[in-house]
Amino acid sequence: MPAIDTSAQVAGAFSGVGAWQRATVASVTVETYRAKTFRVALSDWSDFRSGQHVDVKLTAPDGYQAQRSYSIASSPELLGSIDLTVELVEGGEVSSWFHDVAEPGDVFELRGPIGGPFTWTVDDGGPLLLVGGGSGVVPLMSMLRHHRAHDFAAPALLLYSSRTLDDVIYLNELESYASTDSGPTVSLTLTRQNPPGWTGYTRRIDQRMIDDLLDEVGEPTLVFICGPTAFVENAAGLCVAAGVSAERIRTERFGPSG
Amino acid sequence: MDPAEDRSNGDTDFGPRVTTRGFVGRARDVDQARLPPGQYLERGFPVLSYEATPSVDRADWQFSIETAAGSASWDWNQMLELPQTSLTVDIHCVTKWTKLDTTWVGVSIDDFLSAAGLELFSPYVMANCYTGYTTNLPSEDVLDDRAMVAHTFDGEPLDPEHGGPARLLVPHLYFWKSAKWVRGLQAMDEDSPGFWEGYGYHIRGDPWLEQRYAGD
Repeated sequence: MPAIDTSAQVAGAFSGVGAWQRATVASVTVETYRAKTFRVALSDWSDFRSGQHVDVKLTAPDGYQAQRSYSIASSPELLGSIDLTVELVEGGEVSSWFHDVAEPGDVFELRGPIGGPFTWTVDDGGPLLLVGGGSGVVPLMSMLRHHRAHDFAAPALLLYSSRTLDDVIYLNELESYASTDSGPTVSLTLTRQNPPGWTGYTRRIDQRMIDDLLDEVGEPTLVFICGPTAFVENAAGLCVAAGVSAERIRTERFGPSG
Repeated sequence: MDPAEDRSNGDTDFGPRVTTRGFVGRARDVDQARLPPGQYLERGFPVLSYEATPSVDRADWQFSIETAAGSASWDWNQMLELPQTSLTVDIHCVTKWTKLDTTWVGVSIDDFLSAAGLELFSPYVMANCYTGYTTNLPSEDVLDDRAMVAHTFDGEPLDPEHGGPARLLVPHLYFWKSAKWVRGLQAMDEDSPGFWEGYGYHIRGDPWLEQRYAGD
C-alpha cells in the first residue's frame, strides 16, 4: 500500500489557513461560454503552493451566507491577487452570482490558501504528468503557470479532456506553450464533438492514450489528476495499470459546487 | 462601487460584515436547523480523496484495535458475526456539503471492544487506513455508539470510491474523520495530528462549531 509523503508537512508549509479576509474583484475574463476568471485583490495575500484552493463566502442582505471552495488558477508569482476560474453550475447560487452579477469593485469574503497533497512546486521536480477533465484543469493551470515562471525547468505533460473545443479553458495560453522550446506538451482530447481538421485526440481517456503519453514524458515523479469523480477514478486506475506507483498519484475530485 | 456594509449585523474577522452586492442565495426551502453553519444541502454523494482509490479485497481485509492493555483483530467474516448496527444520520463534509438521512450498517466500536474484552482508557485514538491515510479522534468521539465501521450504505455494499469495503463512520464530526478504507484504531495517550490535521485542518472537526481549520 502507498505510503504518505509528509515532507511538506514536516517542512511546515501548511502552518494555518488564516482568517476570513476581504476580497475585491479586480477584473473579469470570459474564458468560455460557461467559465469566467476573476482576478481578486486580497487584503492579506499570502504565498501558496500551486494546486491549493480557497474558501469563498457570500452574504445576502438578510444574513444568509453560502460558502464554496475554488481552486486558485494563478501562480504564486502573481503577488497580491489570485485568479479564480469559476464554472457556471446550473442552479448554483454562488457560481451564478459570479457569472451574472460580479464586476470589478465587488467585495466578498475569502479564506485560504487551503490544501495539502494536491500541490506542486518546482522544487518537487519532474517529469510531471497533469491530467485534467473539464474545470479540473484549473489547479493544474496554476502548476503550469508556476512552472512557466521558472522557465519550465522540468519535463511536463498536460492531458486535458473537454467535451468540445468551445469548452477548453485557457486555450490560447495552452497553445502558446506549444511554441516554446522547453514548454510542456499539451494534449487535448475532445469527447463529444471535434472541429474540422482537428488533430488531437477524440475519445475519452483510455489505456493506450495514457501509455503513449507516459512513453513521451518519461517515468513521472508526480501525477496530478483533477476532474469529476468518474473521470478521476478512470484516469487514476489507468495510470496504476500503466505501472505508475500509487503513491506518486495525487487526485482531486470536483463534486457539484454551485 | 462600495459594498453595502451593515455594522449592526455582526463583525467579520477583519471589520464590519461584508454583504455582497446582488447576492440573494438559493431559496431558503431546506430545513436550516439541520444544516451546520456554512454548509449547503447536497443530494448526490460527492467523492473527495487525495489518493487513488485502492482495491481492498474482502478476503484480505482486517480491522484491528490496539490499546495499551491489549489488541484484537477481525477478518471480514468475523466482523459480520458481530452485532450489526443500522444508523440513519446526516453527514457533513468540510468542503461545505451536507447530505441528509444517509443510512449505514456496520459494527459499532463499542461492540468491537466488548467482543474482545477490551476497554479504551486512552484519551485519543488514531485511525489507520489501507492507503496510509490517518486521522486522530478523541476516544469519547468513537464510544457510546457514536462511531462504527460501516460496510453498507443505503442498502448496498459500500463502493470502493466511498471507502469500501469498509470505512469508519463518525457522523457527528466533519466527514474527513470518517476514514475510508479503515484498517484499525490505535489508542494514544496524547493527541497527535492525522493526515489532514497536519495540513491545517482542525484537530477535532465539529461541524456545529464550524471547526474547519486549526484555530477555529
